[in-house]
Amino acid sequence: MYTSVITDTTLPEVNLGIRGNGHHPIVSIQRLNVYAGNHHILKNINLDIPKNKITVLLGPSGCGKTTLLKCMNRLTDLYHELKVTGDVWIDGDNILKSNDNIAALRQKMGLLSQRPYPLPMSIFKNVAYGIKLKGIYDKKLIQYNVEKYLREVGLWEEVKDRLHQPAVGLSIGQQQRLCLARGLAVRPQIILADEPTSALDPISSKIIENLFKELKKNYTIILVTHVLRQAVRLADHVVFMSYGEIIEEGAPADLFKNPATEKLREYIYDGN
Amino acid sequence: MNWRKKTEELVAREIMRFSTYSLILILVFIIAVIFVKGFRALTPDMVLKTPQGGFYYGGEGGVLNAIVGSIYIACGATLIAIILGIPAALYINVSLTKYKRLKNIIRFFLDALWGIPSIVYGAFGFTLMLLMGMNASLISGIIVVALLITPIVVRTFDEILSTIPRGLHEASLALGSTRTEMAYRVLFKQGFSGFITAVLLAFGRGIGDAASVLFTAGYTDLIPTALDEPAATLPLAIFFQLSSPIPEVRERAFAAAAILTIIILIISLAARFLSARYSKTNLR
Ligand SMILES: Nc1ncnc2c1ncn2[C@@H]1O[C@H](COP(=O)(O)OP(=O)(O)OP(=O)(O)O)[C@@H](O)[C@H]1O
Ligand SMILES: [Mg+2]
Repeated sequence: MYTSVITDTTLPEVNLGIRGNGHHPIVSIQRLNVYAGNHHILKNINLDIPKNKITVLLGPSGCGKTTLLKCMNRLTDLYHELKVTGDVWIDGDNILKSNDNIAALRQKMGLLSQRPYPLPMSIFKNVAYGIKLKGIYDKKLIQYNVEKYLREVGLWEEVKDRLHQPAVGLSIGQQQRLCLARGLAVRPQIILADEPTSALDPISSKIIENLFKELKKNYTIILVTHVLRQAVRLADHVVFMSYGEIIEEGAPADLFKNPATEKLREYIYDGN
Repeated sequence: MNWRKKTEELVAREIMRFSTYSLILILVFIIAVIFVKGFRALTPDMVLKTPQGGFYYGGEGGVLNAIVGSIYIACGATLIAIILGIPAALYINVSLTKYKRLKNIIRFFLDALWGIPSIVYGAFGFTLMLLMGMNASLISGIIVVALLITPIVVRTFDEILSTIPRGLHEASLALGSTRTEMAYRVLFKQGFSGFITAVLLAFGRGIGDAASVLFTAGYTDLIPTALDEPAATLPLAIFFQLSSPIPEVRERAFAAAAILTIIILIISLAARFLSARYSKTNLR
Protein backbone atom coordinates (compact mmCIF):
# COMPACT_ATOMS: atom_id res chain seq x y z
CA MET A 1 0.00 0.00 0.00
CA TYR A 2 2.74 2.35 1.03
CA THR A 3 4.78 1.84 -2.09
CA SER A 4 1.88 2.25 -4.43
CA VAL A 5 1.80 5.95 -3.67
CA ILE A 6 5.32 6.45 -4.86
CA THR A 7 5.70 4.01 -7.72
CA ASP A 8 5.59 6.88 -10.16
CA THR A 9 8.70 8.89 -9.56
CA THR A 10 8.18 11.55 -12.17
CA LEU A 11 7.36 14.11 -9.49
CA PRO A 12 9.28 14.72 -6.29
CA GLU A 13 7.56 13.17 -3.32
CA VAL A 14 6.01 15.01 -0.47
CA ASN A 15 7.47 13.83 2.76
CA LEU A 16 5.60 10.68 3.64
CA GLY A 17 6.62 10.94 7.26
CA ILE A 18 6.72 8.40 10.01
CA ARG A 19 3.09 7.36 9.90
CA GLY A 20 2.99 6.38 6.28
CA ASN A 21 2.07 2.74 6.63
CA GLY A 22 -1.24 1.01 6.37
CA HIS A 23 -1.65 0.14 10.01
CA HIS A 24 -1.67 3.64 11.34
CA PRO A 25 -4.28 6.26 10.77
CA ILE A 26 -3.11 8.84 8.28
CA VAL A 27 -5.16 11.53 9.94
CA SER A 28 -5.59 11.67 13.65
CA ILE A 29 -7.76 14.35 15.17
CA GLN A 30 -7.62 14.91 18.90
CA ARG A 31 -9.72 17.17 21.13
CA LEU A 32 -10.62 19.39 18.22
CA ASN A 33 -12.90 22.30 19.05
CA VAL A 34 -14.05 25.03 16.72
CA TYR A 35 -15.92 28.12 17.84
CA ALA A 36 -17.43 31.02 15.97
CA GLY A 37 -18.06 33.56 18.69
CA ASN A 38 -20.44 31.85 21.14
CA HIS A 39 -21.33 29.18 18.65
CA HIS A 40 -19.55 25.94 19.42
CA ILE A 41 -19.33 24.42 15.94
CA LEU A 42 -17.21 21.33 16.58
CA LYS A 43 -17.28 19.81 20.05
CA ASN A 44 -14.30 17.82 21.22
CA ILE A 45 -13.80 15.77 18.08
CA ASN A 46 -11.58 12.69 18.34
CA LEU A 47 -11.24 10.81 15.11
CA ASP A 48 -8.78 8.54 13.33
CA ILE A 49 -8.96 8.18 9.58
CA PRO A 50 -7.62 4.94 8.07
CA LYS A 51 -5.15 5.13 5.23
CA ASN A 52 -6.19 4.22 1.70
CA LYS A 53 -9.81 3.81 2.63
CA ILE A 54 -12.89 5.86 1.94
CA THR A 55 -14.18 7.48 5.09
CA VAL A 56 -17.63 8.95 4.73
CA LEU A 57 -18.84 11.82 6.91
CA LEU A 58 -22.59 11.82 7.35
CA GLY A 59 -24.87 14.11 9.23
CA PRO A 60 -27.65 16.64 8.99
CA SER A 61 -27.02 20.00 7.40
CA GLY A 62 -25.11 22.39 9.64
CA CYS A 63 -23.59 19.70 11.86
CA GLY A 64 -20.04 20.76 10.99
CA LYS A 65 -18.88 18.37 8.28
CA THR A 66 -17.46 21.09 6.04
CA THR A 67 -15.82 22.77 9.00
CA LEU A 68 -14.18 19.49 9.98
CA LEU A 69 -12.76 19.11 6.48
CA LYS A 70 -11.48 22.68 6.55
CA CYS A 71 -9.63 22.00 9.77
CA MET A 72 -7.69 19.26 8.02
CA ASN A 73 -5.99 21.61 5.60
CA ARG A 74 -6.26 24.75 7.68
CA LEU A 75 -8.60 26.56 5.39
CA THR A 76 -10.13 27.73 8.66
CA ASP A 77 -7.30 30.31 8.54
CA LEU A 78 -9.34 32.18 5.97
CA TYR A 79 -12.17 32.91 8.37
CA HIS A 80 -11.47 35.50 10.99
CA GLU A 81 -14.47 34.44 13.06
CA LEU A 82 -13.36 30.84 13.59
CA LYS A 83 -11.30 29.83 16.61
CA VAL A 84 -9.74 26.38 16.40
CA THR A 85 -8.17 24.42 19.28
CA GLY A 86 -6.87 20.87 19.58
CA ASP A 87 -4.60 18.76 17.42
CA VAL A 88 -4.82 17.51 13.88
CA TRP A 89 -2.04 15.07 13.08
CA ILE A 90 -1.53 14.43 9.43
CA ASP A 91 1.16 12.03 8.50
CA GLY A 92 3.26 12.86 11.52
CA ASP A 93 2.77 16.63 11.49
CA ASN A 94 0.56 18.53 13.87
CA ILE A 95 -0.80 20.88 11.29
CA LEU A 96 -2.65 23.18 13.65
CA LYS A 97 0.51 23.82 15.63
CA SER A 98 3.23 23.90 12.99
CA ASN A 99 3.56 27.20 11.26
CA ASP A 100 6.19 26.49 8.68
CA ASN A 101 5.15 25.91 5.15
CA ILE A 102 1.43 25.47 5.33
CA ALA A 103 1.39 25.54 1.54
CA ALA A 104 3.40 22.29 1.41
CA LEU A 105 1.18 20.76 4.09
CA ARG A 106 -1.86 21.63 2.06
CA GLN A 107 -0.36 19.90 -0.95
CA LYS A 108 -0.67 16.62 0.91
CA MET A 109 -4.41 17.09 0.57
CA GLY A 110 -6.50 17.54 -2.51
CA LEU A 111 -9.74 19.45 -2.10
CA LEU A 112 -12.90 18.84 -4.05
CA SER A 113 -15.64 21.20 -3.07
CA GLN A 114 -19.38 21.15 -3.46
CA ARG A 115 -19.23 23.17 -6.64
CA PRO A 116 -16.18 23.35 -8.85
CA TYR A 117 -14.02 26.47 -8.75
CA PRO A 118 -11.85 26.36 -11.85
CA LEU A 119 -8.97 28.83 -11.73
CA PRO A 120 -9.36 31.76 -14.14
CA MET A 121 -7.13 30.26 -16.80
CA SER A 122 -7.09 27.55 -19.44
CA ILE A 123 -7.86 23.88 -18.87
CA PHE A 124 -4.19 23.04 -19.30
CA LYS A 125 -3.01 25.72 -16.90
CA ASN A 126 -5.53 24.63 -14.29
CA VAL A 127 -3.82 21.28 -14.05
CA ALA A 128 -0.33 22.70 -14.54
CA TYR A 129 -0.84 25.27 -11.78
CA GLY A 130 -0.19 23.00 -8.82
CA ILE A 131 2.61 21.17 -10.62
CA LYS A 132 4.43 24.45 -11.17
CA LEU A 133 3.94 25.37 -7.53
CA LYS A 134 5.99 22.29 -6.71
CA GLY A 135 8.89 23.89 -8.54
CA ILE A 136 8.63 21.95 -11.76
CA TYR A 137 9.12 24.05 -14.84
CA ASP A 138 10.22 21.46 -17.38
CA LYS A 139 7.68 21.84 -20.18
CA LYS A 140 7.71 18.19 -21.23
CA LEU A 141 7.25 16.98 -17.70
CA ILE A 142 4.36 19.35 -17.11
CA GLN A 143 2.74 18.30 -20.36
CA TYR A 144 3.17 14.65 -19.50
CA ASN A 145 1.58 15.10 -16.12
CA VAL A 146 -1.30 17.23 -17.32
CA GLU A 147 -2.22 14.51 -19.77
CA LYS A 148 -1.72 11.79 -17.19
CA TYR A 149 -4.06 13.32 -14.64
CA LEU A 150 -6.66 14.37 -17.18
CA ARG A 151 -6.69 10.74 -18.32
CA GLU A 152 -6.93 9.55 -14.76
CA VAL A 153 -10.22 11.39 -14.29
CA GLY A 154 -11.45 10.41 -17.73
CA LEU A 155 -11.45 13.92 -19.11
CA TRP A 156 -8.61 13.71 -21.59
CA GLU A 157 -10.60 12.53 -24.58
CA GLU A 158 -13.20 15.23 -24.01
CA VAL A 159 -10.78 18.14 -23.74
CA LYS A 160 -7.64 17.19 -25.60
CA ASP A 161 -8.55 19.45 -28.53
CA ARG A 162 -9.31 22.47 -26.42
CA LEU A 163 -6.69 22.37 -23.70
CA HIS A 164 -5.93 26.03 -24.12
CA GLN A 165 -9.47 27.26 -23.84
CA PRO A 166 -10.80 28.70 -20.60
CA ALA A 167 -11.78 26.09 -18.04
CA VAL A 168 -15.03 27.93 -17.29
CA GLY A 169 -16.27 26.84 -20.71
CA LEU A 170 -16.59 23.24 -19.53
CA SER A 171 -19.81 21.79 -18.16
CA ILE A 172 -20.14 21.63 -14.39
CA GLY A 173 -19.53 17.88 -14.38
CA GLN A 174 -16.41 18.32 -16.51
CA GLN A 175 -15.25 21.17 -14.30
CA GLN A 176 -15.62 18.96 -11.25
CA ARG A 177 -13.45 16.29 -12.85
CA LEU A 178 -10.97 18.97 -13.88
CA CYS A 179 -10.79 20.10 -10.27
CA LEU A 180 -10.13 16.52 -9.24
CA ALA A 181 -7.38 16.19 -11.87
CA ARG A 182 -5.83 19.46 -10.75
CA GLY A 183 -5.89 18.25 -7.16
CA LEU A 184 -4.37 14.87 -8.03
CA ALA A 185 -1.63 16.53 -10.05
CA VAL A 186 -0.01 17.88 -6.89
CA ARG A 187 0.21 14.26 -5.74
CA PRO A 188 -1.63 14.47 -2.45
CA GLN A 189 -2.04 11.54 -0.09
CA ILE A 190 -5.50 12.49 1.00
CA ILE A 191 -8.52 13.70 -0.92
CA LEU A 192 -11.01 15.85 0.93
CA ALA A 193 -14.28 15.75 -0.97
CA ASP A 194 -17.16 17.91 0.23
CA GLU A 195 -20.37 16.73 -1.42
CA PRO A 196 -18.52 16.51 -4.72
CA THR A 197 -21.49 15.14 -6.62
CA SER A 198 -24.25 17.35 -5.27
CA ALA A 199 -24.24 19.63 -8.30
CA LEU A 200 -23.93 16.79 -10.79
CA ASP A 201 -26.33 14.69 -12.81
CA PRO A 202 -26.50 10.93 -12.06
CA ILE A 203 -24.12 10.00 -14.86
CA SER A 204 -21.42 12.49 -13.88
CA SER A 205 -21.90 11.44 -10.26
CA LYS A 206 -21.37 7.85 -11.24
CA ILE A 207 -18.13 8.77 -13.00
CA ILE A 208 -16.84 10.50 -9.87
CA GLU A 209 -17.93 7.60 -7.66
CA ASN A 210 -16.15 5.08 -9.85
CA LEU A 211 -13.07 7.27 -9.85
CA PHE A 212 -13.09 7.26 -6.07
CA LYS A 213 -13.25 3.48 -5.96
CA GLU A 214 -10.25 3.40 -8.26
CA LEU A 215 -8.38 6.15 -6.42
CA LYS A 216 -8.59 4.61 -2.99
CA LYS A 217 -5.85 2.18 -3.97
CA ASN A 218 -3.45 5.08 -3.79
CA TYR A 219 -5.21 7.75 -1.82
CA THR A 220 -7.06 8.20 1.42
CA ILE A 221 -10.45 9.68 0.69
CA ILE A 222 -12.60 11.61 3.12
CA LEU A 223 -16.00 12.12 1.60
CA VAL A 224 -18.91 14.20 2.81
CA THR A 225 -22.21 13.20 1.31
CA HIS A 226 -25.91 13.56 1.90
CA VAL A 227 -26.72 10.65 -0.36
CA LEU A 228 -27.07 7.57 1.83
CA ARG A 229 -26.90 5.20 -1.11
CA GLN A 230 -23.63 6.76 -2.16
CA ALA A 231 -22.32 6.25 1.35
CA VAL A 232 -23.35 2.60 1.24
CA ARG A 233 -21.73 2.12 -2.15
CA LEU A 234 -18.43 3.77 -1.31
CA ALA A 235 -17.72 3.78 2.40
CA ASP A 236 -15.15 1.64 4.17
CA HIS A 237 -15.66 3.62 7.31
CA VAL A 238 -18.60 5.80 8.29
CA VAL A 239 -18.65 8.70 10.71
CA PHE A 240 -22.02 10.08 11.74
CA MET A 241 -22.13 13.58 13.18
CA SER A 242 -24.83 15.72 14.69
CA TYR A 243 -24.64 19.22 16.18
CA GLY A 244 -20.87 19.29 16.06
CA GLU A 245 -20.35 15.92 17.73
CA ILE A 246 -19.44 12.50 16.47
CA ILE A 247 -22.37 10.30 17.41
CA GLU A 248 -21.30 7.00 15.93
CA GLU A 249 -18.60 5.59 13.73
CA GLY A 250 -17.78 2.23 12.31
CA ALA A 251 -17.98 -0.10 9.33
CA PRO A 252 -20.93 0.72 7.06
CA ALA A 253 -22.42 -2.77 7.32
CA ASP A 254 -22.78 -2.52 11.10
CA LEU A 255 -23.75 1.10 11.21
CA PHE A 256 -26.46 1.04 8.62
CA LYS A 257 -27.97 -2.29 9.68
CA ASN A 258 -27.87 -1.74 13.42
CA PRO A 259 -27.60 1.90 14.28
CA ALA A 260 -26.77 2.14 17.97
CA THR A 261 -28.27 5.55 18.52
CA GLU A 262 -31.71 6.96 18.00
CA LYS A 263 -30.25 9.90 16.08
CA LEU A 264 -28.63 7.77 13.43
CA ARG A 265 -31.72 5.58 13.13
CA GLU A 266 -33.84 8.64 12.51
CA TYR A 267 -31.33 9.98 10.02
CA ILE A 268 -31.30 6.74 8.07
CA TYR A 269 -35.01 5.96 8.07
CA ASP A 270 -36.55 9.40 7.91
CA GLY A 271 -34.15 10.33 5.17
CA ASN A 272 -35.44 7.63 2.87
CA MET B 1 -55.34 42.05 -7.78
CA ASN B 2 -54.03 40.96 -11.08
CA TRP B 3 -54.90 44.33 -12.52
CA ARG B 4 -52.99 46.11 -9.74
CA LYS B 5 -49.90 44.03 -10.31
CA LYS B 6 -50.01 44.74 -14.00
CA THR B 7 -50.14 48.52 -13.59
CA GLU B 8 -47.45 48.36 -10.94
CA GLU B 9 -45.24 46.42 -13.29
CA LEU B 10 -45.96 48.80 -16.14
CA VAL B 11 -45.31 51.97 -14.13
CA ALA B 12 -42.09 50.61 -12.64
CA ARG B 13 -40.84 49.60 -16.05
CA GLU B 14 -41.65 52.96 -17.60
CA ILE B 15 -39.83 54.80 -14.80
CA MET B 16 -36.74 52.68 -15.32
CA ARG B 17 -36.94 53.12 -19.04
CA PHE B 18 -37.32 56.87 -18.71
CA SER B 19 -34.33 57.24 -16.36
CA THR B 20 -32.08 55.13 -18.52
CA TYR B 21 -32.82 56.84 -21.79
CA SER B 22 -32.89 60.37 -20.39
CA LEU B 23 -29.41 59.83 -18.96
CA ILE B 24 -28.12 58.62 -22.29
CA LEU B 25 -29.84 61.52 -24.02
CA ILE B 26 -28.17 64.05 -21.73
CA LEU B 27 -24.81 62.49 -22.45
CA VAL B 28 -25.38 62.58 -26.19
CA PHE B 29 -26.54 66.16 -25.86
CA ILE B 30 -23.38 67.22 -24.02
CA ILE B 31 -21.16 65.60 -26.60
CA ALA B 32 -23.21 67.14 -29.42
CA VAL B 33 -22.95 70.64 -27.97
CA ILE B 34 -19.19 70.34 -27.55
CA PHE B 35 -18.70 69.11 -31.08
CA VAL B 36 -21.08 71.60 -32.68
CA LYS B 37 -19.49 74.50 -30.84
CA GLY B 38 -15.92 73.37 -31.36
CA PHE B 39 -16.34 71.86 -34.79
CA ARG B 40 -14.98 74.86 -36.72
CA ALA B 41 -11.86 75.13 -34.60
CA LEU B 42 -11.17 71.40 -34.77
CA THR B 43 -8.50 71.61 -37.45
CA PRO B 44 -5.37 69.49 -37.91
CA ASP B 45 -3.38 72.46 -36.61
CA MET B 46 -5.28 72.27 -33.37
CA VAL B 47 -3.85 68.85 -32.50
CA LEU B 48 -0.53 69.13 -34.33
CA LYS B 49 0.79 72.51 -33.26
CA THR B 50 1.61 74.30 -30.06
CA PRO B 51 0.32 77.87 -29.56
CA GLN B 52 2.04 80.29 -31.94
CA GLY B 53 2.26 84.10 -31.71
CA GLY B 54 -1.07 85.66 -30.82
CA PHE B 55 -2.77 82.31 -30.28
CA TYR B 56 -4.75 83.62 -27.36
CA TYR B 57 -6.07 86.46 -29.54
CA GLY B 58 -7.22 84.10 -32.24
CA GLY B 59 -3.82 83.64 -33.91
CA GLU B 60 -2.02 80.58 -35.29
CA GLY B 61 -1.35 77.28 -33.59
CA GLY B 62 -3.05 74.60 -31.50
CA VAL B 63 -3.17 72.92 -28.15
CA LEU B 64 -0.58 70.18 -28.69
CA ASN B 65 1.18 71.44 -25.55
CA ALA B 66 -1.93 70.72 -23.48
CA ILE B 67 -2.63 67.38 -25.16
CA VAL B 68 0.88 66.14 -24.51
CA GLY B 69 0.96 67.62 -21.02
CA SER B 70 -2.35 66.00 -20.09
CA ILE B 71 -1.31 62.62 -21.46
CA TYR B 72 2.02 62.78 -19.63
CA ILE B 73 0.38 63.69 -16.36
CA ALA B 74 -2.51 61.23 -16.64
CA CYS B 75 -0.25 58.35 -17.73
CA GLY B 76 2.40 59.11 -15.13
CA ALA B 77 -0.16 59.44 -12.36
CA THR B 78 -2.05 56.32 -13.45
CA LEU B 79 1.18 54.35 -13.51
CA ILE B 80 1.99 55.40 -9.96
CA ALA B 81 -1.57 54.69 -8.88
CA ILE B 82 -1.37 51.18 -10.38
CA ILE B 83 1.98 50.45 -8.76
CA LEU B 84 0.65 51.52 -5.36
CA GLY B 85 -2.91 50.37 -5.88
CA ILE B 86 -2.59 46.73 -6.95
CA PRO B 87 -0.62 45.59 -3.91
CA ALA B 88 -2.83 47.66 -1.61
CA ALA B 89 -6.09 46.19 -2.96
CA LEU B 90 -4.68 42.65 -2.89
CA TYR B 91 -3.35 43.19 0.63
CA ILE B 92 -6.79 44.19 1.87
CA ASN B 93 -8.35 41.09 0.34
CA VAL B 94 -5.66 38.55 1.09
CA SER B 95 -3.64 39.44 4.16
CA LEU B 96 -6.44 41.16 6.03
CA THR B 97 -9.11 38.45 5.62
CA LYS B 98 -8.83 37.75 9.33
CA TYR B 99 -8.91 41.39 10.44
CA LYS B 100 -12.36 42.69 9.67
CA ARG B 101 -12.10 45.84 11.81
CA LEU B 102 -8.81 46.99 10.33
CA LYS B 103 -10.13 46.26 6.85
CA ASN B 104 -13.17 48.45 7.45
CA ILE B 105 -11.07 51.27 8.85
CA ILE B 106 -8.77 51.20 5.82
CA ARG B 107 -11.73 51.19 3.46
CA PHE B 108 -13.26 54.09 5.33
CA PHE B 109 -10.10 56.15 4.93
CA LEU B 110 -9.80 55.33 1.27
CA ASP B 111 -13.40 56.33 0.68
CA ALA B 112 -12.77 59.58 2.50
CA LEU B 113 -9.70 60.22 0.34
CA TRP B 114 -11.78 59.48 -2.75
CA GLY B 115 -14.32 62.06 -1.66
CA ILE B 116 -11.92 64.92 -0.98
CA PRO B 117 -12.33 67.60 -3.68
CA SER B 118 -9.41 67.89 -6.05
CA ILE B 119 -8.78 71.55 -5.21
CA VAL B 120 -7.80 70.34 -1.72
CA TYR B 121 -5.24 68.00 -3.26
CA GLY B 122 -4.04 70.95 -5.37
CA ALA B 123 -3.68 73.16 -2.31
CA PHE B 124 -1.92 70.40 -0.41
CA GLY B 125 0.47 69.78 -3.29
CA PHE B 126 1.14 73.48 -3.61
CA THR B 127 1.99 73.81 0.07
CA LEU B 128 4.31 70.84 -0.17
CA MET B 129 6.02 72.34 -3.23
CA LEU B 130 6.61 75.63 -1.44
CA LEU B 131 8.07 73.79 1.52
CA MET B 132 10.42 71.87 -0.75
CA GLY B 133 11.28 74.90 -2.81
CA MET B 134 9.88 73.44 -6.01
CA ASN B 135 8.23 75.24 -8.90
CA ALA B 136 5.16 74.21 -10.81
CA SER B 137 6.34 71.21 -12.82
CA LEU B 138 5.34 68.04 -14.63
CA ILE B 139 6.53 65.90 -11.73
CA SER B 140 4.55 67.87 -9.13
CA GLY B 141 1.45 67.53 -11.31
CA ILE B 142 2.00 63.80 -11.70
CA ILE B 143 2.45 63.26 -7.98
CA VAL B 144 -0.58 65.28 -6.94
CA VAL B 145 -2.82 63.64 -9.55
CA ALA B 146 -1.46 60.26 -8.45
CA LEU B 147 -2.51 61.04 -4.88
CA LEU B 148 -5.91 62.05 -6.19
CA ILE B 149 -6.52 58.86 -8.16
CA THR B 150 -4.80 56.14 -6.12
CA PRO B 151 -7.77 55.77 -3.75
CA ILE B 152 -9.97 55.27 -6.80
CA VAL B 153 -7.79 52.47 -8.12
CA VAL B 154 -7.56 50.77 -4.74
CA ARG B 155 -11.24 50.95 -3.83
CA THR B 156 -12.61 50.05 -7.25
CA PHE B 157 -10.28 47.07 -7.60
CA ASP B 158 -10.94 46.16 -3.97
CA GLU B 159 -14.72 46.11 -4.52
CA ILE B 160 -14.34 43.57 -7.32
CA LEU B 161 -11.79 41.48 -5.44
CA SER B 162 -14.08 41.30 -2.44
CA THR B 163 -16.83 39.71 -4.55
CA ILE B 164 -14.60 36.77 -5.53
CA PRO B 165 -16.11 33.68 -3.92
CA ARG B 166 -14.29 32.19 -0.93
CA GLY B 167 -14.32 28.89 -2.78
CA LEU B 168 -11.76 30.21 -5.24
CA HIS B 169 -9.49 31.37 -2.41
CA GLU B 170 -9.86 27.94 -0.85
CA ALA B 171 -9.21 26.13 -4.13
CA SER B 172 -6.00 27.99 -4.83
CA LEU B 173 -4.70 27.64 -1.28
CA ALA B 174 -5.59 23.94 -1.26
CA LEU B 175 -3.43 23.49 -4.36
CA GLY B 176 -0.49 24.74 -2.35
CA SER B 177 -0.33 28.41 -3.27
CA THR B 178 1.08 30.80 -0.76
CA ARG B 179 -1.10 33.83 -0.14
CA THR B 180 1.08 35.89 -2.45
CA GLU B 181 0.79 33.35 -5.24
CA MET B 182 -2.95 33.23 -4.74
CA ALA B 183 -3.14 37.02 -4.87
CA TYR B 184 -1.14 37.55 -8.04
CA ARG B 185 -1.81 34.38 -10.02
CA VAL B 186 -5.45 33.77 -9.23
CA LEU B 187 -7.23 36.72 -7.65
CA PHE B 188 -5.61 39.33 -9.85
CA LYS B 189 -6.65 37.42 -12.94
CA GLN B 190 -10.13 36.78 -11.64
CA GLY B 191 -10.53 40.45 -10.78
CA PHE B 192 -8.94 41.70 -13.97
CA SER B 193 -12.07 43.35 -15.34
CA GLY B 194 -12.39 45.24 -12.07
CA PHE B 195 -8.79 46.28 -12.35
CA ILE B 196 -9.40 47.64 -15.83
CA THR B 197 -12.45 49.56 -14.64
CA ALA B 198 -10.37 50.96 -11.80
CA VAL B 199 -7.61 52.14 -14.10
CA LEU B 200 -10.11 53.61 -16.50
CA LEU B 201 -11.93 55.57 -13.80
CA ALA B 202 -8.66 56.80 -12.39
CA PHE B 203 -7.27 57.81 -15.76
CA GLY B 204 -10.49 59.64 -16.62
CA ARG B 205 -10.48 61.56 -13.38
CA GLY B 206 -6.78 62.27 -13.72
CA ILE B 207 -6.88 63.59 -17.26
CA GLY B 208 -10.03 65.61 -16.68
CA ASP B 209 -9.14 67.34 -13.44
CA ALA B 210 -8.26 71.02 -13.55
CA ALA B 211 -8.06 72.02 -9.91
CA SER B 212 -5.29 69.67 -8.88
CA VAL B 213 -2.93 70.72 -11.67
CA LEU B 214 -3.67 74.45 -11.60
CA PHE B 215 -0.94 75.31 -9.10
CA THR B 216 1.14 72.18 -9.31
CA ALA B 217 1.79 71.63 -13.02
CA GLY B 218 1.29 75.25 -14.04
CA TYR B 219 0.80 76.15 -17.67
CA THR B 220 3.12 76.70 -20.61
CA ASP B 221 2.99 76.98 -24.36
CA LEU B 222 5.87 74.57 -24.68
CA ILE B 223 5.86 70.80 -24.64
CA PRO B 224 7.68 69.74 -21.48
CA THR B 225 10.95 67.95 -22.15
CA ALA B 226 11.91 67.28 -18.54
CA LEU B 227 10.13 66.40 -15.33
CA ASP B 228 10.97 69.72 -13.67
CA GLU B 229 9.47 71.83 -16.43
CA PRO B 230 5.92 73.11 -16.14
CA ALA B 231 3.25 71.38 -18.22
CA ALA B 232 0.01 72.53 -19.81
CA THR B 233 -3.14 70.45 -19.49
CA LEU B 234 -6.36 70.22 -21.49
CA PRO B 235 -8.75 71.12 -18.66
CA LEU B 236 -6.77 74.31 -18.04
CA ALA B 237 -6.57 75.03 -21.78
CA ILE B 238 -10.36 74.83 -21.85
CA PHE B 239 -10.66 77.00 -18.76
CA PHE B 240 -8.34 79.76 -19.98
CA GLN B 241 -9.75 79.92 -23.48
CA LEU B 242 -13.35 79.77 -22.39
CA SER B 243 -12.84 82.89 -20.31
CA SER B 244 -11.63 84.83 -23.36
CA PRO B 245 -13.82 87.60 -24.81
CA ILE B 246 -12.82 86.60 -28.35
CA PRO B 247 -15.34 84.18 -30.00
CA GLU B 248 -12.63 82.28 -32.01
CA VAL B 249 -10.76 81.56 -28.83
CA ARG B 250 -13.90 80.35 -27.08
CA GLU B 251 -14.52 78.08 -30.04
CA ARG B 252 -11.10 76.58 -29.46
CA ALA B 253 -12.05 75.86 -25.87
CA PHE B 254 -14.79 73.61 -27.21
CA ALA B 255 -12.40 72.03 -29.67
CA ALA B 256 -10.08 71.27 -26.77
CA ALA B 257 -13.03 69.81 -24.86
CA ALA B 258 -13.85 67.65 -27.86
CA ILE B 259 -10.26 66.39 -27.97
CA LEU B 260 -10.40 65.55 -24.24
CA THR B 261 -13.66 63.68 -24.79
CA ILE B 262 -12.20 61.73 -27.69
CA ILE B 263 -9.15 60.71 -25.65
CA ILE B 264 -11.41 59.46 -22.88
CA LEU B 265 -13.61 57.57 -25.36
CA ILE B 266 -10.58 55.87 -26.89
CA ILE B 267 -9.31 54.84 -23.47
CA SER B 268 -12.76 53.50 -22.54
CA LEU B 269 -13.02 51.44 -25.68
CA ALA B 270 -9.52 50.05 -25.25
CA ALA B 271 -10.31 49.14 -21.67
CA ARG B 272 -13.56 47.41 -22.60
CA PHE B 273 -11.78 45.45 -25.27
CA LEU B 274 -9.01 44.41 -22.90
CA SER B 275 -11.28 43.39 -20.09
CA ALA B 276 -13.54 41.41 -22.42
CA ARG B 277 -10.51 39.56 -23.72
CA TYR B 278 -9.17 38.72 -20.32
CA SER B 279 -12.36 37.94 -18.46
CA LYS B 280 -13.15 35.08 -20.84
CA THR B 281 -11.17 32.76 -18.58
CA ASN B 282 -12.92 33.92 -15.44
CA LEU B 283 -15.28 32.19 -13.15
CA ARG B 284 -18.74 33.66 -13.24
N1 LIG C 1 -17.24 31.06 9.14
C1 LIG C 1 -18.26 30.77 9.94
N2 LIG C 1 -18.74 31.69 10.80
C2 LIG C 1 -19.78 31.42 11.61
N3 LIG C 1 -20.38 30.24 11.65
C3 LIG C 1 -19.95 29.29 10.82
C4 LIG C 1 -18.87 29.50 9.91
N4 LIG C 1 -18.67 28.38 9.20
C5 LIG C 1 -19.58 27.51 9.64
N5 LIG C 1 -20.36 28.04 10.61
C6 LIG C 1 -21.45 27.36 11.33
O1 LIG C 1 -21.01 26.11 11.72
C7 LIG C 1 -22.02 25.15 11.56
C8 LIG C 1 -21.50 24.01 10.70
O2 LIG C 1 -21.32 24.44 9.39
P1 LIG C 1 -20.78 23.48 8.25
O3 LIG C 1 -20.70 24.25 7.00
O4 LIG C 1 -19.55 22.82 8.72
O5 LIG C 1 -21.98 22.43 8.18
P2 LIG C 1 -22.14 21.18 7.23
O6 LIG C 1 -22.25 19.98 8.10
O7 LIG C 1 -21.08 21.17 6.18
O8 LIG C 1 -23.56 21.47 6.59
P3 LIG C 1 -24.06 21.18 5.10
O9 LIG C 1 -24.40 19.74 5.06
O10 LIG C 1 -25.29 22.02 4.98
O11 LIG C 1 -23.00 21.57 4.16
C9 LIG C 1 -23.21 25.85 10.96
O12 LIG C 1 -24.11 26.11 11.99
C10 LIG C 1 -22.63 27.14 10.43
O13 LIG C 1 -23.57 28.17 10.54
MG1 LIG D 1 -21.06 21.49 4.08
